Amino acid sequence: MIDDITRISDAAPATVLAATTLDELRVVESDLLGKKGSLAELKKGLGALDAEGRREVGAALNVARESIEQLVAERRRSLEAIERATMIAAERLDLTETTGHRVRGSVHLVTQTWDRLVDVFVGMGFTVAEGPEVETDWYNFEALNIPAAHPARGMWDTLYVDLGDPETVLLRTHTSPVQIRVMTETPPPIYAVMPGRVYRRDTADATHMPVFHQIEGLVIDRDISFADMAGTLEAFTSAYFGGSIHSRLRPSYFPFTEPSAEYDINCVFCEGSGCRTCSQTGWLELGGCGMVHPNVLRNVGLDGEEWTGFAFGFGLDRLALMRHGVDDIREMYTGDVRFLEQFPS
Amino acid sequence: MKVLLSWLQEFAPFPGEDPVALGDVMSDLGMAVESIERIGDGLDGIVVAKVLELRRHPDADKIQLVDVDLGDGVPLQICCGATNLSVGDTVPLATLGTTMPDGMEIARRKMRGEWSNGMLCSGRELGLGDDHSGILLLDGEPALGTPIVEALGITADVLFDLEINPNRPDAMSVAGVARDLAARLDLPFAIPEPQVTEVAGDAASMVSVDILDPDLCGRFHARIIENITVGPSPRHIADRLTALGMRPINNVVDASNYVMLELGIPNHTYDLSKVPGGALRVRWARDGEPIATLDGVDRVLTGGRDGVIADQSDAAVGIAGVMGGAATEISATTTTVLLECAWWQPMAIARSSKFMGLRSEASARFERGTDPEILDLAARRLAELLAPSGAGLLSGAVTVDGALPDPGQVHVRTSRVNRLLGTDLSADDIASLLRPIGFLVDAAAVADADSGEWLVTVPSFRPDTTTETDIIEEIARHHGYSRIAKRVPTSTQTGSFTPLQRDRRVIRQVLVGLGVHEAMPLPFLAPGDLARAGLPGAAVTLTNPLAAEESVLRTSLRPGLLRAIAYNESHRTEGASLFEVGRVFGLPASGVTLPDEREHLAVILSGCEAPAAVEMLTVIAETLGVPEITLDQSVSPAGLHPARSAQIHIEGIVIGEVGEIDPLVLDAFAIRERVAWLQLDVAALLSFPHSEHPYRPISRYPSSDLDLAFETPETVTAGALTGALRSAAGSLLVSIRLFDVFHGGTVPEGFRSLAYRLRLQAGDRTLTDDDVAGVLEAAVDAASALGAILRG
Repeated sequence: MIDDITRISDAAPATVLAATTLDELRVVESDLLGKKGSLAELKKGLGALDAEGRREVGAALNVARESIEQLVAERRRSLEAIERATMIAAERLDLTETTGHRVRGSVHLVTQTWDRLVDVFVGMGFTVAEGPEVETDWYNFEALNIPAAHPARGMWDTLYVDLGDPETVLLRTHTSPVQIRVMTETPPPIYAVMPGRVYRRDTADATHMPVFHQIEGLVIDRDISFADMAGTLEAFTSAYFGGSIHSRLRPSYFPFTEPSAEYDINCVFCEGSGCRTCSQTGWLELGGCGMVHPNVLRNVGLDGEEWTGFAFGFGLDRLALMRHGVDDIREMYTGDVRFLEQFPS
Repeated sequence: MKVLLSWLQEFAPFPGEDPVALGDVMSDLGMAVESIERIGDGLDGIVVAKVLELRRHPDADKIQLVDVDLGDGVPLQICCGATNLSVGDTVPLATLGTTMPDGMEIARRKMRGEWSNGMLCSGRELGLGDDHSGILLLDGEPALGTPIVEALGITADVLFDLEINPNRPDAMSVAGVARDLAARLDLPFAIPEPQVTEVAGDAASMVSVDILDPDLCGRFHARIIENITVGPSPRHIADRLTALGMRPINNVVDASNYVMLELGIPNHTYDLSKVPGGALRVRWARDGEPIATLDGVDRVLTGGRDGVIADQSDAAVGIAGVMGGAATEISATTTTVLLECAWWQPMAIARSSKFMGLRSEASARFERGTDPEILDLAARRLAELLAPSGAGLLSGAVTVDGALPDPGQVHVRTSRVNRLLGTDLSADDIASLLRPIGFLVDAAAVADADSGEWLVTVPSFRPDTTTETDIIEEIARHHGYSRIAKRVPTSTQTGSFTPLQRDRRVIRQVLVGLGVHEAMPLPFLAPGDLARAGLPGAAVTLTNPLAAEESVLRTSLRPGLLRAIAYNESHRTEGASLFEVGRVFGLPASGVTLPDEREHLAVILSGCEAPAAVEMLTVIAETLGVPEITLDQSVSPAGLHPARSAQIHIEGIVIGEVGEIDPLVLDAFAIRERVAWLQLDVAALLSFPHSEHPYRPISRYPSSDLDLAFETPETVTAGALTGALRSAAGSLLVSIRLFDVFHGGTVPEGFRSLAYRLRLQAGDRTLTDDDVAGVLEAAVDAASALGAILRG
């Protein structure tokens, strides 16, 4: 029997190696080690031996089994590696060979700028107010301390609509009427920004459109001062344009604010050192601001001795254009996909 | 408003070394410097030369060869394109190495094979006026080789172009700018007293003024200047007018303009011999009243709007504050001038000049408000300017007052100043900021010493200043905006978006994820655009559109987006997918002034059929979590494909439309591809409770799928069958999906096969065969109630 065992053990390496697939290996394994395999058959003969013979042959069988098991396991590992390598080689793909096209859309450049601006102001504690684009003369002009025949009306080229008495209903020339609506509808304190679409009787060219967008801000509270306005605009400037960009205020005139100011920022292209965009001044004019005029407060029924406030406003389209170096505002409004898709976010 | 440094220096000793720094101070005071021009700069290498000979260029028609002499008798050849030269002319030559005022460097170069050793210059090239029609020909016999600056007597100067705000009437004059600037720089300011010797006589006996309408004219001051000789102005006057943008005419007109620019007092000169009896009447114009004005135009005036100065026969001889008449104009033969210095009601002049479309330097000043207290000073200054020509100011004057506003007195509280500005100024600080700009603030003006309240008297040249806030602005201006601290107020509220604002962002993000681009077509339409888009034509129209194509306000986003699709198609971008969120404007409801303004969302998908739009609708609705949407195909929305469109309902309310654009509409917009369309009324959509997305526990028990195909009559919509199956399946239904639609084969005519997969699951147990059989039976019954038969 020992001889039989030795013969099986000696033949095993060649037999196991002869299996070239996992399936063949399973057959070999079963032939040698299975319940009806060669070793199992020999084991059945143990019963016929005496105690010492059983111990001797049993030990030889165990040794043979362990060595064959090890051979099979090694062979399995190597066959598995081969099989995986074959499968991987067969599944090779050129990942640049893509023919499907999943498309992405885009939010309009104006909307992107709108959202960015509004996010900064919401972070500063402002709410966001909106109002109608077609307005009455009262909201757009009268309440803002611009009575009919006021020379300042010439500052806006107004588009009127054929409703009501002549020249009483118009396309809002600024988002300021929303300020009036907020002040008449909500009691102070007010911290609000009003982004929106506005209209002017302007012929379209590279820098003008009859339809464009503004964002204005309004703060009404007790003891709000010019210093608060300057600080708010400075905080906004650095938050939106980056920490190295600062603001300055210069005296100006608007009928609805007093004192009034122009709001300039360091040129975002040269950071103040002077370049073509800023005409070598180092500054860009962004918009206007000022302390809400006492007449405006009176028009909305607020006591100017109790409440003070400031307002500011600037154009949104130019910021959108500046950010991406677009040199013609009209491009934004044709709906040309070749333009829109350039600005996914 | 333009000002010259040298002119400003006649009022205060401004330093001249650093014009940029001086300009910065002007800007900081609210007189924004738009440009600074250095007159006489960059003319260093330009000298006087004499034309010796003119020769044809052998190889160019438009260039001639000019030999010039610089005084050394050696001919120097120059190539020159101008044709106004004659032998013997003296002209400016930019010599080699010169850098011109515009930065160009002059070098020796060949022009078409001929050497040019410099450049002959036009007036414009020297920065002297606008003349570029030819080379500047010099007067007299200037020595050859002399620097041009010397030959022309050009004095170095600096020209500031300032933007003056409407509330700064005082800054509409050189003196006014100087006053403001001197105050900030702490320099002494004074308007020099005119040095003029009056001629004995009595102007009052030669002139009479009658103000019939005091609400038009606050003050009319008249004087007589005799011994006028009309001729050109002295050089320094003409140069200053030119620099400030006015054309020199003759010494009388120029002196008049000079005084206006210098002192801000527009005035008018009449030829006294053309004013019968020297009698003038001031009144409102009569409707239809004619007048021929100085510019040679016959005008018709409007009653109550325009003011006139009339002669004794009551014929208008001038439009008050706007323009003089031709009949009394100064001419070469004028010997005696009647000088008018008047104060006109600002609003009257604003109205008159605006509606007449006649804006002048004079009306611009009158409508802001001029200073009524320096009318005689202005008259004497004008006489002073004319005195060198022999003219003499006659003693005596006529001054008639109409309604002049009272000089204002305003209470200014120190506490209010600091509260509004966020400053810490003392009452004395405030006084010392106001005094140098002419506001009267003195010890006698203390209204309340304890509280630091001043009673401030407003100067006559600041009619814009009537309230405490007006004065606070002046204090802020002169204190310096940049010196006011920057402080961030502590908002007492939390920043936030409204639900609408949040949902709008969600909608945009969904569409971007679905591959759609946001577009913003203009909201203006041409008449007929709505009809072309298959929509009703009633719309709000513009009163004063820029062009007829932009004269209608859109009632729908559809025409604009169709146009954008057509644009893209014509630029070879087929299959464009666009969306827009924007306002549309319906006619107002009765009794309402403003239009029915709504916010719409529209999605337009070219190269797509209707289901593509329905799928987008479904994704939007599911994301927002609005109640179940139903499509009513029994109604075909206007302008959509009649067999491929539906109204969108939630709980029976119409919230929009979906489908395909009508082929006729596509033809009208010249669009070739099919176009799918979705339109939603944003407010209506969001008016339903939404965004709740309550948690549905996920069952731990196995689910079971039931695949059912029904032969369904074409008259029954898939939506109806889906709804019936859903309610039949009841609470065990987790999801239902239509996965196949099949026509023909064994399916009879008038039917199609709709195949559904229903996934069933219970939350508390494993499903039994009886559960599944029950759902199957209920589903088959519900389907057959609609005429749909389960396929075997």
